[in-house]
Amino acid sequence: MKVQSSKHVPASSKQGFKVQSRIGQTFKRLKDNGEKALITFITAGDPDLKTSKEIIFELEKSGADIVELGIPFSDPMADGPTIQAASERALKKGATLSHVLELVRDVRKKSLIPIVLFGYYNPIFIYGVEKFAKDAKNAGADGALVVDLPPEEASELKTHTDRNGLDLIFLLTPTSDDSRMKLVASQGGGFVYYVSVAGITGARKELSNTIQKSVTRVRKFTPLPVGVGFGISTPKQAGEVSRWADAVVMDIEE
Amino acid sequence: MRIQNLPDKQGHFGIYGGRYISETLMPVVLELEKAYLKFKSDKNFKKELDYYLKEYVGRPTPLYFAERLTKKAGGAKIYLKREDLNHTGAHKINNTMGQILLAKRMGKTRIIAETGAGQHGVATATVAAMFGLPCEIYMGTEDIERQKPNVFRMKLLGAKVNPVSSGSCTLKDAMNEAIRDWTTNVWNTFYIIGSVAGPHPYPMMVRDFQSVIGKEAREQIKNIEGRLPHYLVACVGGGSNAMGLFHPFIKDKGVKMIGIEAAGYGIKTGKHAASICAGKVGVLHGSKTYLLQDSDGQIIHTHSVSAGLDYPGVGPEHSFLHDMGRIEYTAITDKEALNAFKVLSLLEGIIPALESSHAVAYAMKLAAKLGKDKIIIVNLSGRGDKDLNTAAKEMRVEI
Repeated sequence: MKVQSSKHVPASSKQGFKVQSRIGQTFKRLKDNGEKALITFITAGDPDLKTSKEIIFELEKSGADIVELGIPFSDPMADGPTIQAASERALKKGATLSHVLELVRDVRKKSLIPIVLFGYYNPIFIYGVEKFAKDAKNAGADGALVVDLPPEEASELKTHTDRNGLDLIFLLTPTSDDSRMKLVASQGGGFVYYVSVAGITGARKELSNTIQKSVTRVRKFTPLPVGVGFGISTPKQAGEVSRWADAVVMDIEE
Repeated sequence: MRIQNLPDKQGHFGIYGGRYISETLMPVVLELEKAYLKFKSDKNFKKELDYYLKEYVGRPTPLYFAERLTKKAGGAKIYLKREDLNHTGAHKINNTMGQILLAKRMGKTRIIAETGAGQHGVATATVAAMFGLPCEIYMGTEDIERQKPNVFRMKLLGAKVNPVSSGSCTLKDAMNEAIRDWTTNVWNTFYIIGSVAGPHPYPMMVRDFQSVIGKEAREQIKNIEGRLPHYLVACVGGGSNAMGLFHPFIKDKGVKMIGIEAAGYGIKTGKHAASICAGKVGVLHGSKTYLLQDSDGQIIHTHSVSAGLDYPGVGPEHSFLHDMGRIEYTAITDKEALNAFKVLSLLEGIIPALESSHAVAYAMKLAAKLGKDKIIIVNLSGRGDKDLNTAAKEMRVEI
């Protein structure tokens, strides 16, 4: 299920973002074909690591372009009940960050789909930021997005993700003013993840009506591709968002 | 930078503190910091806060010489800073009063808070009622069970109490849920954090509002004894009552400070809440600090007989002052705290909160080791009415 843009790709999708990473290459390839990226999220280790691997292959087969792999955390403050429950199930089965990296290594034996590790800072900090960046890259991960690590606090991790060629992806939100946009644009790699609503993850019935305007605004500050996520759960919503964004991040619920 | 002048501009106390929060909340905490710094030096703000602290909260609180407790311990003189005599029965209202005045000035129209023992929830619901703002309190289901009187109190005060049944169903999870609410209702909502925890500027701001405790105590002991105390003792969960007492004395090199964490069933059993004594550095709820966690960085379930100390983290400034060697941290078990709860009731006619009982228990041990010329100030951070059910259960008494 490639998300076909129902409109012409806007001219504001500027050229010039770095294309050496697998994430950048994916965006470039899709753009050249007039397509948008579909990003899907799953929590690693829910219900178990073996199944997670199979789910990733299934997602790729059904058209996902990038996979966000959630690192389970005991206190996922930015997530709604669905991901919180998934995280709890994964932790109960004993999923650790080391296991998540093993899963990435396993997936890489068969697939080149870009993988973004998505999580909270504490498990990464305890694993060791330098070791994390090295091991994640060696396992075949392409990027990392740490929800509770704004650019202000990110330098101790970014030093190592930069050194190892891992894209550190940052978020922008409806609360971001111009100075936040500038800051994130100057620090971010891979793509900019625009959070479509102020709130936590989870399905919503209605899409925010400011997405188009916001994406246009984000593009003024960065040449990076813009992915839009949080609360997008139906193909109809995805289709609509893909008119403006370069990628749609879908919360797959049940 | 001198240690009493921290945090730095980014909210760091050495390696601790900071703003580890989602991007959605970043503009909000930046706005809050700006507003706080503006009103902190505003004469009218200070005047209004002082007025309510005096006329509504009942400050200053007495510094009471506990003569019979001193005699029983058999050594140093023990003074009690009577924060239990504040309106609502604990030190928490010093901070909620400051924050709600700030919320009003910032034009916020809705108040939320987390609570453990319920003291912060009650103090928040109280000031929200007083200023006519709608208020929602997040509270773990386990804490709701052991702090029933406070739950009813909050409801009487017009607050909505939202039960939190995720994770360990205690303070940590209540804070997760409050942060989720804040992220969702970011535009109109003011989150009154109850401890010296959370993202910058909260640890600094809550410390400043609570510093009234130490400022008063410093003047009071000078008037009574003509000198500064030798020791300050206070219990530490998140650490707001301790920081409030300690901070105005940080530069007084002769004053030793001891923070008392909850040892629960004993540190060795693993069932405790002693983040500094037994934890390691990590990131939770907006700051880098000592945390109780497993080897994979997952936060572990804590235990303390006192709901207010039952938290796996601690304010970042405590972590820093621990590393600097300025404050010493130790822990007191449930059993020792319950004993102090009984002793203080019998000897002084003061029923202390179980949280504060930890500080009393340590002060008795410390006093016994010191000469009669030495002075200890204990922060009696709250009163024990809310703990009668828990204490009766522990003492196997039917009420």
